[in-house]
Amino acid sequence: MADSVRVYLWLISAAIRAQLEYRVSFALDVIGMFLVTFLDFVAVLVIFHNVPQLGSFTVAEVAFVYALSAMSFALAEFAVGHLDALSEMVRTGSFDVMLARPRGTLFQVLAADFRVRRLGQLLQGAAVFVYAVGALDVPWNAARIAMVVVTVLFGAAIFSAVWVFVICVVFWAIEGREASSAFTYGGQFLTQFPIEIYSQWLRRFLAYLVPMAFVSYFPSLYMLDKEDPLGLPSFLRFSAPIVAVGAAIVAGAMWRFAVRHYRSTGG
Amino acid sequence: MRMDWELARSGYRRYAAYPAATVAGVFTNTVFGFLRGYVLLALYEHRDVIGGYDASDTLTYTWLTQGLIAIVYIWGWQDLAVRIHSGDVATDLARPVDPLRAGLSFDYGRALYHALFRGVPPFLVGALVFDLTGPSNPLVAVAFALSVVFATGVSYAWRFLYNSVAFWVLHYRGPAVIAMLVANLFSGFIIPVAFFPDWLKTIAYATPFPAMVQMPIDVFVGKADGIEVLYTLAVQLAWLVGLLLASRAVFAAGTRRLVIQGG
Repeated sequence: MADSVRVYLWLISAAIRAQLEYRVSFALDVIGMFLVTFLDFVAVLVIFHNVPQLGSFTVAEVAFVYALSAMSFALAEFAVGHLDALSEMVRTGSFDVMLARPRGTLFQVLAADFRVRRLGQLLQGAAVFVYAVGALDVPWNAARIAMVVVTVLFGAAIFSAVWVFVICVVFWAIEGREASSAFTYGGQFLTQFPIEIYSQWLRRFLAYLVPMAFVSYFPSLYMLDKEDPLGLPSFLRFSAPIVAVGAAIVAGAMWRFAVRHYRSTGG
Repeated sequence: MRMDWELARSGYRRYAAYPAATVAGVFTNTVFGFLRGYVLLALYEHRDVIGGYDASDTLTYTWLTQGLIAIVYIWGWQDLAVRIHSGDVATDLARPVDPLRAGLSFDYGRALYHALFRGVPPFLVGALVFDLTGPSNPLVAVAFALSVVFATGVSYAWRFLYNSVAFWVLHYRGPAVIAMLVANLFSGFIIPVAFFPDWLKTIAYATPFPAMVQMPIDVFVGKADGIEVLYTLAVQLAWLVGLLLASRAVFAAGTRRLVIQGG
């Protein structure tokens, strides 16, 4: 385990150094990514140009939820975002090479790349977070501050676990990759807003079964000291870590199952 | 003309060859339809009409955009940039067909396949679950179809234009992503242009982007009515012609400075 972490960090730092080699291109990428995700937030601002509230959440409160989701998703993209290239690895046969190496396949895929430009997305999330906190009167204390860190890290873990789980579809149907976006980017979209606005069946499916509600919604209720408009039990607000661990175990099991049943395209 | 027809057929067949991709795409577009639909519906707890759109218009808008995603294809088309980057564009230049026109024919074939198999299904799901607004008479439906044809062409010309940046820039991916996302916002893909504050609306309508998404939708739900429909179609056609001419000029300028290493 410790050895795997060491090798992972070594490979990632090599990837980062490679990307930093072209400084101007790197800076443009980060700035571009910031602007791109900023445009995404403009859509939220346009919504609030028309209405003062979304459900029982104000602009600043939605911005708070949005920022937590954005930071978590940026971290998840750092770690596992290049899983979207898995279908290409399967198609070209480079995944078969990984099967022959003395390391786990998931480890090798994850260590293959690290998208440093996602820094722009992380910065955008942080900027929205600063705006939200400035506009809100959050009853800050040590526990709530710690909760921000915990939420962002375990939110990223939940996003990552879901990503690993759903990308397994390509082991059965390479062309099916886009279906995974419904859960990865769909999850990102869902967690940007308070889940109370979605209908019940959609919540059950995408917020509880796929545990997206634990990324930003439940933790925000605690940090903002808000009553749950859905009236769900308050222990859920602190359940993100345990949910993340559970999701990771399920995702790992799914990956092993998928790889065991994987039949090479024989390229 | 015969050539255009053959190219369109191959465009259609190229995408028809991957049915699993179609199913996956429809699934994702449908899930997003629900997500976006409920977010936009939440706005109507506070107001009855926003920018002339009532709740039913907005839901219709949402499901139309989900259907139009694959048809107008604003996202992730870098075919030309990749060919310029790799030098394959030299082969295109050696062929006895104009690359811009050939690409347009191919893209219309693609768009027809996507209209039938990725455009209609999500909209039908939306229409089953929600109370959507239909076109008020058959003539409106015809105008809508024509408007989508123009929208696809405007989108193609825009894609061709920003892909051509690869003649000048080695790292074309950055500019391409920015071009795509600007189009995304200003076309009315994310939020209807009618919801924008006035100053942003003015900016949007000074660009070709609403002609790619917002205008066909306005025709469909009847926000453009009577003579306005003709005006809308005329504006789309003007952008289509203008952008195609711009694309031709930029592509020609690019090929003049193109150096292909032999091999």
